[in-house]
Formats: sequence, structure tokens, C-alpha cells
Amino acid sequence: MLQFLIRRTFGAFLILVLISAITYFMFFAIPQDPALLACGKNCTPDALAVVHKNLGLDQPVPVQYWHYVVGIVMGRDIQGGHCAAPCLGVSFANGRNVWSTILDRFPLTLSLMVGGAIVFLIVGLGAGMLAAYKKGSLTDKIFSGGSLVLSSLQIYFLGPLVVLALVISTGWLEMPSYTPISENPVAWFSGLVIPWAVMATIFTAQYTRMSRSSMIEQLQEEHVRAARAKGMSAPYVFFRYAWRGSLIPIVTILGIDIGALLGGGIVTEITFNLAGIGRLARDSVIQKDLPMTLGVMLFSSAFILLCNIVVDACYAFIDPRVRLS
Amino acid sequence: MTSPVQTEDTSVPGGNGPDALTKDGAQETKTQEGLSPGQLMWRRFRRDRTGIISACVVIFFFAIALLAPLISKVYGKDPYTLYGQNSLDLLNEFNMPAGSFGGASGSYWFGIEPNLGRDVFTQLLYGMRTSIFTALGATVLIVVVGVLIGLVGGYFGGTIDYWLGRFTDLMLGFPSQLFMIASMPVITAAFVAPDENTPTWLRAGAIIAVVGGLGWMGIARLMRAATLTMREREFVEAAKISGASPWRIIRKELLPNLWSPILVQATLQLPNTVLNVAFLSFVGVGFVEPTPDWGRMFANGADYIQLDPWYMLYPGVAMVIFVVAFNLLGDSVRDAFDPKSGR
Repeated sequence: MLQFLIRRTFGAFLILVLISAITYFMFFAIPQDPALLACGKNCTPDALAVVHKNLGLDQPVPVQYWHYVVGIVMGRDIQGGHCAAPCLGVSFANGRNVWSTILDRFPLTLSLMVGGAIVFLIVGLGAGMLAAYKKGSLTDKIFSGGSLVLSSLQIYFLGPLVVLALVISTGWLEMPSYTPISENPVAWFSGLVIPWAVMATIFTAQYTRMSRSSMIEQLQEEHVRAARAKGMSAPYVFFRYAWRGSLIPIVTILGIDIGALLGGGIVTEITFNLAGIGRLARDSVIQKDLPMTLGVMLFSSAFILLCNIVVDACYAFIDPRVRLS
Repeated sequence: MTSPVQTEDTSVPGGNGPDALTKDGAQETKTQEGLSPGQLMWRRFRRDRTGIISACVVIFFFAIALLAPLISKVYGKDPYTLYGQNSLDLLNEFNMPAGSFGGASGSYWFGIEPNLGRDVFTQLLYGMRTSIFTALGATVLIVVVGVLIGLVGGYFGGTIDYWLGRFTDLMLGFPSQLFMIASMPVITAAFVAPDENTPTWLRAGAIIAVVGGLGWMGIARLMRAATLTMREREFVEAAKISGASPWRIIRKELLPNLWSPILVQATLQLPNTVLNVAFLSFVGVGFVEPTPDWGRMFANGADYIQLDPWYMLYPGVAMVIFVVAFNLLGDSVRDAFDPKSGR
């Protein structure tokens, strides 16, 4: 297990270095001078030169990249101030520390992802299993058909409609907003209910379909039939034997979907005007704020890789047959 | 050339269970020898009612996208003119469409856009045209790149396969949607000076490159797996022994056997690509005003949702129908090509 973790962490680290290098060189290859943004409106050539020196843009790009990497590992002095250890630089647009800005915004995105995942896992797996249990019945058809339509709704279409129906017209739920969970858990929950539900719709269908087919497959397995043959009740076999086996492909897909979940988080944030990582990325891209864009990219790549390792490690707990090698 | 798919399929005509056999039994015996895999697939597909209906819907959408200029000419409006500002009775004092259903009437079928007062029907027509054509381009790129990388990796194996596989893994490690957003300005900035306007065709090209460049990994993996199993088959070995070049084997022996998974993947990929293109425009880095675009209609519509939900309803419903039909079509095409896959 330990060996597996070490090897995977090393691999993830390698991928991160590559991603950061590709992104860095790509973004700094833009012919437009990134210092123009930091220099402001009344920019003279002299002032521009000063900004260049302050930002370290007067050096060749590989040297800049080296400073950037060193900054992440050990921190560095930038624009007259010190930037502590995981230093992703400072924003060209407003001079704020990129790392602390990301840390500031991330809890919202994480809340969205985790909450959304819980909703679609419960609804999707539940509906899929029920459909598999009553295979061929009306329930099965309703769940399968309903999930297909549901998955074709887009967050940016469904979101405003739900807000209109449940908030503006009726006042049943609260306008989507974000309160940190440490401040007020109730407000945190009630503000995020609609984003969670809307975000979950696009994933629910996929998981319904998958858990249905994987459940049906499991029910035909030898050990499940043997359990039935020795007289165990159908519901007991269903939940104790087949259910566990049907989780394996679902965990695989869940690991792959973490990137998509992050993507869903971006659309959800923009749709409901919530200030998380996705909004940050969008705004910094439109402002051409390179350090911020780069920081968000790196941070989310690292997050996705970390999640993938966790998911792979989870296999061992769900399925003892899997050897982590 | 003999291929296993052909021999398998011709030996089991119809391939869709006993009732299928009895229905077409008489015809089957007459034409049995002349049926190509394509004909068999078409025969199976024709029997699938859901598939036919969804195919009709999809074709309808493509026809609309293709014929948008013609339709709007007959209809007599275009998506750029600010009708609401020219004639004052179309928008009310809040700049919202006057009348119910978003101002829908005999002359403005889907109503009027709030504030600017453009015609929603032609906007949607041209918007779908932009999105669907861009998505088609991106899908072609995705399929070509994916098939090429998967085939080459799977066929040659060894070091080439190893590095192509690592490259695919690396691309999968990117947070793709974030990266799409982030790389859009980079690509456009590489060709256009900052003080110039980006021409629309360049924007379309950039979108195709970004969406395509970050979307081929799934197909590449599938193709690699399919090629790996195919590589060991006798007919490939026979070709190899008779001295065919790798390129010829890929082109003449492997590709013909991989057409059906490729086509199935392309059909499943297209709606996703449409959604990705729409996503970019929704976020604000895709197509910009005044180019009419499906995705941007949602971004605009969200601003008016409280006062004029109708503006968003038309493009929204159109998109839901499009995506549902396409997904159903994808399933049907898969079933038609490979009756064993079953649901």
C-alpha cells in the first residue's frame, strides 16, 4: 500500500511538473506584453520597464519558469514583498497573492463538488438499483427515460429556470449564495441546495444507467446465485452481495469524472454567480492575468491528481481482489 | 480482403433474434450472399423505431443549420437587425418584449430579444448553425486525432505505444474545461494583435482546436484497445507475412474493421462537442457579439430570466431535444452495428 502511494505520488508529481511547464511556456508565448496589465492605464515606456524588472519579465522565459518553480517549493521575494512557500506569484491585475486568493475561493468550489457528488451518487445509484431490481417494469422505464432527459438539460439552462420557479416566483428556497460552513452551517446548506441539485442532474443519468447495468450484471454472477440457492432472501442478497460488486465500475468512473465534476463546478459557479475557483479562472483569463490563470490551472490539476490517487487507493477497500500494483 | 466482421455477419443474417428472421425470411434467402456489413447494419437500424425517429430529429436540426440563410430569407428577418429599436411598439417601457410569450407573434415567431430587440427565431437558427458547424469541425478533429494515435499506438506497440500512452495520460490529467477556457485567448492572441478585432473564422478555428485538442483521449484509448485485439488476428498476420507495409495494414486491414466503433464514437461525441462549444460561449471566451451563437443565448437569457424567461426557453428546449435525440441515435447506431452489445 505504502509503495503504491509513493509510486503514484511520484507519477502525479511528474505530471504536475509537465503541466506547469506546458502551461507556463504556452501562456508566456503570447505576443502581447503581460506587463501592460500591471502597469495600468497611463503607462510610459519607463514605467513599463520598471514593471518588467519588478515582475522579472526582463529575463528569458526558462529562467522565469525556474524562478516560478523555486518559488513554489521555497517561496521567493517578488515585487518588494516576500511570498511564502507555495508561492504561485502575485496577480498582475490587483497585486494580490495568488495562493491566498485560491485558498480563499476554493472552499466554495469544494463544497459544490462534494455536495453535488453526494446528491448524484445517492439519487443515481438509488434509481439505478431500483431500476435493476424491478428490471423491465414501469419503474425501470420511468427511471431510465427520465434520467436520459434530465442529463440533457444543461446547468446554464436549468439553473436560471429553477431559480425563477423556486426562488423568485414562490420564495420556497433561498437565492444561491455562499456562507462558509464554519460560520453558519445552516446558511451554507440553504444557500447551496439549488446549485447542488442542478449540478447533480447532469451526472445523475450517467450513474443511474451505469449502476443499473452493473447491478444486472452482478445479479447473474455465480456467487450471487449461490447465495440465493442456499436460501437467502432476495433483498438480502441484493444489498449484501450484488451491491458491493456493482460499486467497482462506478468507483472507476467516479475517479475519471472528478475533472468533469470540477468543470461542472465552473459552470455552476458562473450560472449562479458564486465566487469560486471557476469564476476566478474565467475572470483572470478574460483580464489576461497570467499568474492567476496559471495558479488556478496548477492548483486544480494537483487537486484532480490527488483525487485520482485517493480513488485508486479506495479500490483496495471495496474489492479485496484488487492488488495495488 | 477477408475481414472477420464480414464473415461473422453474413453467416448470421439479420442477427436480431428469431422474430427478425421469420419476418424477412423470404427476402433473406434471396439476397443472402450480397449483403455487406453496411447493408446489414442498415437493415437492423431500420427496425429500430427509436433510432429512426431520433435520426429524423437530428437530420432536421442539421437541415436547419444548413438552410438557416434560406429559411431566414423566406421568413424575412435576420439575426442582426435591432427590430425592437426601429419600431417602438415591440418593446415596452422596461425594454422587455411587449406581449405574452416573450413577444411572440405572427411576424416574430419566437419573440424579441430584450433590450436590443433582435429577432429570436433567426438568432436561434443562426446560433445553431454556428454551434453545430463548429462542433462538427471539432468532432472530425477529435476522431481523426484519436483514431490516429490509438491505431498507431496499438499497432506498433513497444516504445511508441508507451510514450503515446503516457502522452494520453498527461492530457487526461489536465482539468480540461478549465484548460479550454484558459487556452482560448492564448490561441487567438497568437494570431491577432491585441488592438485588432479577432475575425470570426479565426475564433471558430481556435474553438475547434481547443475543443478538439482536449477531447481525443477517450477515442484514442478505445481505438488502441480495439487495435490490440485485432493485431493478433490471422488476417493481419497473413498480410504481414505477404509483405504489406505497416501503413497498408493499418489502412486496408485494420481501419475497415474499426469503422463501426469509430462511427459509434463519433455519434456519441458530437452532442458533447456541441455542449463544449456552447460552454465556451456561455463562459464568455467563445463566439462574441454580434455572431449569433447558441451558447451565448443562455448567457444573455440568464440576465433576463426574471423579466423575460421566454428568451431562454426557446434555445433551451431546442438544445434538450437535440441532445436527447443525438444520444438515442448514438445508442441505436451502436446496437445496429453490434447487436451483441445489447442494452
